[in-house]
Amino acid sequence: MSPAVTSAVVEVKGITKAFPGVLANDDISFDVRPGEVHSLLGENGAGKSTLMGILSGIQTPDSGGILVDGEPVRIDSPRKALDIGIGTVYQHSTLIPALTVLQNLMLGDSGKLLLDAASARARLEEFGALLGVDVDPEARAADLALGRQQQVEIIKALWRGSRLLILDEPTSMLTPQAVDELYTVLARLKADGLATIFITHKLHEAVSLGDRISVLRRGRMVGTLDAAAVSSTPPDKLEEIVIEMMFGSAAADLADVGELRVGLGEAEAVEAHARATKAAVGEPLLELAGVAAPGEGTDPGVADIDLVVHEGEVVGVAGVDGNGQRALAEAISGQRRLTAGEIRLFGAPVDRLNVLKREKLGLRYLTDDRIGEGIVGSLSISLNLFLKRIGQAPYWRYGSIRRGTIDARAEELCEQFDVRAPGVETRAGTLSGGNMQKVLLARELSFGAKVVVFHKPTYGLDLKTTLGVREMIRQMRDGKAALVISTDLDELLEVSDRIVVLSRGRLVGEAEPGPGAAERIGGMMIGDVSLSLAGAGAEGTE
Amino acid sequence: MSNLFHQDVLTALISGGVIAGIPLLLAACGEAISERSGVLNLGIEGMMILGAYTGFVVAYYLHSTWLGFLGGAGGGILACLVMIVLCVWLGLDQIVVGIAITLAGEGITSVLQGAQFGTTYPRLGATPTTSIPLLHKIPVIGPGLFEQNLLVYLGILFALFLTWFFRATNVGLNLRAAGEKPEALDAAGVSVVATRSWAVLSTGALAGLGGGFLAIVGAGVFTPFMTQGQGYMAIVICMLGRGKPIWVALASLLFGISLSITTALQLAGIEISTDLINMLPFIAVMVALVIFGRRSYLPPALALPYVRGAR
Ligand SMILES: Nc1ncnc2c1ncn2[C@@H]1O[C@H](COP(=O)(O)OP(=O)(O)OP(=O)(O)O)[C@@H](O)[C@H]1O
Ligand SMILES: [Mg+2]
Repeated sequence: MSPAVTSAVVEVKGITKAFPGVLANDDISFDVRPGEVHSLLGENGAGKSTLMGILSGIQTPDSGGILVDGEPVRIDSPRKALDIGIGTVYQHSTLIPALTVLQNLMLGDSGKLLLDAASARARLEEFGALLGVDVDPEARAADLALGRQQQVEIIKALWRGSRLLILDEPTSMLTPQAVDELYTVLARLKADGLATIFITHKLHEAVSLGDRISVLRRGRMVGTLDAAAVSSTPPDKLEEIVIEMMFGSAAADLADVGELRVGLGEAEAVEAHARATKAAVGEPLLELAGVAAPGEGTDPGVADIDLVVHEGEVVGVAGVDGNGQRALAEAISGQRRLTAGEIRLFGAPVDRLNVLKREKLGLRYLTDDRIGEGIVGSLSISLNLFLKRIGQAPYWRYGSIRRGTIDARAEELCEQFDVRAPGVETRAGTLSGGNMQKVLLARELSFGAKVVVFHKPTYGLDLKTTLGVREMIRQMRDGKAALVISTDLDELLEVSDRIVVLSRGRLVGEAEPGPGAAERIGGMMIGDVSLSLAGAGAEGTE
Repeated sequence: MSNLFHQDVLTALISGGVIAGIPLLLAACGEAISERSGVLNLGIEGMMILGAYTGFVVAYYLHSTWLGFLGGAGGGILACLVMIVLCVWLGLDQIVVGIAITLAGEGITSVLQGAQFGTTYPRLGATPTTSIPLLHKIPVIGPGLFEQNLLVYLGILFALFLTWFFRATNVGLNLRAAGEKPEALDAAGVSVVATRSWAVLSTGALAGLGGGFLAIVGAGVFTPFMTQGQGYMAIVICMLGRGKPIWVALASLLFGISLSITTALQLAGIEISTDLINMLPFIAVMVALVIFGRRSYLPPALALPYVRGAR
């Protein structure tokens, strides 16, 4: 069980990489050995993806070296990394949605003129058997569930005979079942002698999966817990140590370190919920009556949605991803036309109001598609913050932009929401995922927000930011209202007053957080009809 | 009016349509390759006119149609090198560079033609044709379709070849990936820059060849601005055919017919203002766009430069 004696497959020494205004990697040394899973943790923007990019040939380091089996190598292109045997599952998917699984896997099989589908198919079968997964080679990548896509990505990373597998936040979008499957796959690969680097923001994953654990903070390697330490320390204690490493002295300021744990068990979640002050529930602010909205592509629509969110209330929407979450969110925000039913905001119907008018009334939508529709990557942070205020005083006057006013306000917002960036002039596209999300939160929660729809508000965010965001959601109880659509049940149990369950485009049940709520909701999510409201689940299959 | 359906008129219409359609076909197939790889090539008009000029000059001085075609392809390649360096290697805006190439191509060829031949426009002789046994005897369509320059058949065969190439080869898959999601291609260990460079290079060669055909076979003469927006038409054809070579070829031949209608009408003895008739192809383009525009497909990464590791 102890791989400690074997020498490293890949070792990086003194790697430094700077981007304009940030030192993403500062003199980092790190190694990974055969047959081990090396967990890598760190806040958003700590430099994890940059380091992995350097190992995969996507980035070139400013200084420092890489050793493979003790020999120095220069990895100056992805091709080189693949030749060496480094396979990577990147943070942002590299599957091509329009191509089939097989085509995605064959991509890059150069050296031959013709595509060799027959042998690729055979190879896919081999991998399927090895990993215990079963993927349809002819399915379009876009049509696969996220968990399946992930498995295809792993197979792709291993396709050319890898010795090192890099997984950059593989679990952030997965359902609990898919995470379990991933664990099984990794266990098999480990038994096969593969070395794995596993990046995650979820402490319990890092601790339960990692043979060794390393932590990055602001571009520097804080330290590595070796195999002996990891195996001899109880998980709880280990998580505390890791939190210390990640946040340093800041961790001590956080009154209760235990609260930092994102992988809160159910008991703790219930407790956290009880702790939150529950304000008296007021007038209905957002009402959906018999709402139906069409799906888009592989993304299903919703039907017969009846839902009320009152002032001072946080309502959670649980469900497995791809059960109509996006249609529901966009129907409310005004981005998707209803085919039936009515939506009322502050008691008045909004069917005739477009996105902009709804937003002016105080309705906000925090999208789950940060890069696609959330920010404009090529614009500065300050312009992104004011994207929805264009033309409004005092930021615009007589049709012309007032940069000074905007930048000053943007700086305040960045301060308030803890956006880490060289300056408000920084292009938003260069931010790490967590900081992008903070920019979006700053934009959506300021300027008179009253009713906010949060869609997967914390995916990909680090511990501290996640807690911060959840705290912001809880604060909505103070005279406002929130609808939180999330695939993370623990999160919903923690922040919501009530949880409704979305399955196949319909609401199939409701529960209040409390003892046993997780099981009941879990059952409804996967369509356990006996537990759901009579009738509603049965119709969903038409 | 009955004259219009006279056998000779129909034959002329088909034959003229094929001849006018081949430059479109070659250029549009070229555009399909380029667009599939993610490069929007608006310089194709310039590449065609340059190919028309170099093709004509080579054919004129060396008295060889085939060397002329080669010369045309060479001219197109020359023009597309600019695009490869500026857009693919340096990541400049493809639209700006494309338009610049078109304007420069039109200007340069006009100047060169003027310097060389003054105000005279020397003509080339008739080009050799190859008849396909038996088929060319079919009444009405036979002479139009099966008694043409060899390049006509080769062009149509090329469209078929391209379909196979896109579908069955590694390079074909790489091209598609470069246009769909270049970072995925890069991560798979294939150079996006190289893939796109080759794609644009073949576009240049095909557009130049099309231009050469237009000057040598179609017109038998080089006149400034003779491509008259055919490059842009090729871009529309490529879009309407969703980048699929077979559809692109069919659409090219149809547009070719609309281009050759002038001659046919004159043969039929119908007098309509030529200005009006010259508008016909463009009206056809607009009608086609209105009707089929929604069906068109453009790759997601089209016109976006790729720089590894940039965000
Ligand atoms: N291509 C780039 N151009 C400019 N800045 C960059 C680029 N890539 C990364 N950065 C910056 O480098 C720092 C490290 O980013 P990196 O993506 O490595 O963080 P991370 O640890 O992976 O964070 P996350 O958990 O959010 O994924 C960030 O401040 C980011 O803004
Ligand atoms: Mg990252």
